[in-house]
Amino acid sequence: MVAADSEGSKDPGVRMFRRERSIPLRGSAAALCNNLSVLQLPVRNLTHFGVVHGPSAQLLSFAPEGLPLAQRQLHAKEGAGVSPPLITQMFESDGSIMVYWHALDSGDASPVQAVFARGIAASGHFICVGTWSGRVLVFDIPAKGPNIVLSEELAGHQTPITDIATERAQGQDCVADMVTADDSGLLCVWRSGPEFKLLTRIPGFGVPCPSVQLWQGTVAAGYGNGQVRLYEASTGTLHVQINAHARAICALDLAPEVGKLLSAAEDTFVHIWKLSRSPESVSIEVEHCHGECVPDTQVCGARFCDPSGSSFAVTGYDLAEILRFSSM
Amino acid sequence: MSVRTLPLLFLNLGGEMLYILDQRLRAQNVPGDKARKVLNDIVSTMFNRKFMEELFKPQELYSKKALRTVYDRLAHASIIRLNQASMDKLYDLMTVAFKYQVLMCPRPKDVLLVTFNHLDAIKGLIRDSPAILNQVDETFQQLTEVYGGLSAGEFQLIRQTLLIFFQDLHIRVSIFLKDRVQNSNGRFVLPVSGPVPWGTEVPGLIRMFNSKGEEVKTVEFKHGGNYVAAPKEGSFELYGDRVLKLGTNMYSVNRPVETHMSGASKNLASQTQESIAPNPLAKEELNFLARLLGGMETKKPSDPEAGFRLNLFATEEEEEQAALTRPEELSYEVINIQATQDQQRSEELARIMGEFEITDAPRQSASKGDDLLAMMDEL
Repeated sequence: MVAADSEGSKDPGVRMFRRERSIPLRGSAAALCNNLSVLQLPVRNLTHFGVVHGPSAQLLSFAPEGLPLAQRQLHAKEGAGVSPPLITQMFESDGSIMVYWHALDSGDASPVQAVFARGIAASGHFICVGTWSGRVLVFDIPAKGPNIVLSEELAGHQTPITDIATERAQGQDCVADMVTADDSGLLCVWRSGPEFKLLTRIPGFGVPCPSVQLWQGTVAAGYGNGQVRLYEASTGTLHVQINAHARAICALDLAPEVGKLLSAAEDTFVHIWKLSRSPESVSIEVEHCHGECVPDTQVCGARFCDPSGSSFAVTGYDLAEILRFSSM
Repeated sequence: MSVRTLPLLFLNLGGEMLYILDQRLRAQNVPGDKARKVLNDIVSTMFNRKFMEELFKPQELYSKKALRTVYDRLAHASIIRLNQASMDKLYDLMTVAFKYQVLMCPRPKDVLLVTFNHLDAIKGLIRDSPAILNQVDETFQQLTEVYGGLSAGEFQLIRQTLLIFFQDLHIRVSIFLKDRVQNSNGRFVLPVSGPVPWGTEVPGLIRMFNSKGEEVKTVEFKHGGNYVAAPKEGSFELYGDRVLKLGTNMYSVNRPVETHMSGASKNLASQTQESIAPNPLAKEELNFLARLLGGMETKKPSDPEAGFRLNLFATEEEEEQAALTRPEELSYEVINIQATQDQQRSEELARIMGEFEITDAPRQSASKGDDLLAMMDEL
């Protein structure tokens, strides 16, 4: 395994990563971006993993040592006709029961357009889902009971949504807590609420933005040309441009406690970066911490497995396992 | 997923098929005029205008089984005869080769260059026939019209659709193993060196800007790979240097086309899922096949004895052995769906059949409930 660490890394504690035991999957991961979800439940000493195989998704639960506790497969409800299912489905967190479904409106799609939903994130008591048209559906989730309601459809994008990221609001009024990205590379920064407000638009440059993250007022975006860019969320100013990968980026993740950013791409590499705000210049600085090569694997999903960023997991196209790495 | 993937899938797989058939014709020392006739017949069937029209209609990809039926028909549009084992091997080689090409495309848009490489080579194979050359050029035109204006995001979706189609295919091809393009477990080698895609910077640089947009700091980092800048972009014109080598002919008379069957797929779950898939899709597949094959003008050889058998293996014994030892999970069950009492569908099929010119003896009347394949065999 080829690993590259930057010389003079200020934090030797997370210099090297070692492979942990992989988690086997019933079906290999599909070549979709952001194809790994990790839900950490430290209170219950559990970690949930989700991977999409094709028309089905796998949910697995694991205890910290990597011992599997439960595995479940969710199948997308198939429509009877030729068109693919145009349904958004929501389940209990262990996948046991479908609690809600919503049919996507394909009304004004031309026959050559693919109709699908892509990109999902939770913001407070809202769940936002992106669609092929660029519209973002906002579902209001009640604290108790199944009365999920489609509360809003956000306009802002003209091309298919690729990813949505949210961050818990910092307590102030005007703070951005959601960012949406699309196939043209356009980013929209929002403030959530009973009515979502569009705060900033960050234009693309002809390249899709498959993955996006938000951290303390900084938007981190990964692009199809292998670049990672960091912008000021409130103004859209570009602060950092990293020539990070040699192929399209497929996933970004954040370890919010320590400001670590993880980028993974089809070039088989996963890189970890340290973000910091320099107090004098009020700008963002980035330092490379670690690079990991996953040999002969076109990575399609990657996530940190704990809030301090000391472990991460990776999925790859055609790979029927989740690879895990933790720092030594 | 993308509804514009089928033309690219079909043309590239067809191109690979022609490379392999061309190699086998030469390896079996088939006389030049017969070999040329085989290739001309297949190419002219492939690029037939009506067939292309059906192909280019926006539609989802169907199963590997359905597609295999189309190639079966295509190969037999010529005077060659392939038995099951050879047809299986041919399809294996075609699919593995194109999967590799899709995976290795530096940019998603490069799959179009791969397609053009195949078309360029096809034109080389049939260069003595101006009428067929014209058909290929027309298809080139159509490709440019449909795909020339697509965005990078749309190409990314096409790429993902193709990769999902080829998911879990790990058949090992001996040329690939020898060239170290494939590992012994069937997975492709993904190099971390060489030129970056056109439009991508060589990784290793962090640039930081202040709020006025001025660059204030530049830091290098060790990426771990060994990349260099892309020399130039491939041409999307009718004629031009494609730059990319993917999709060019890697077979020659001296390089045998073997495959290894053992341990091909560890993941049986996904395979069984396809074979026990619920029936709703079967009906759509039937309609798709009827439409597509309905557009295919297959000519019967005027002299049945002009047909000859082509073998994808080195010897007859090897071919027999391959048929006996092919693992269950890799068998391509040719579509064999009993036409049901569905009035409408039978009428639709009958209408399509009626559009065919049958030049030899009149076919037996096909009553409702006949095996679909039996009906198509009479074409």
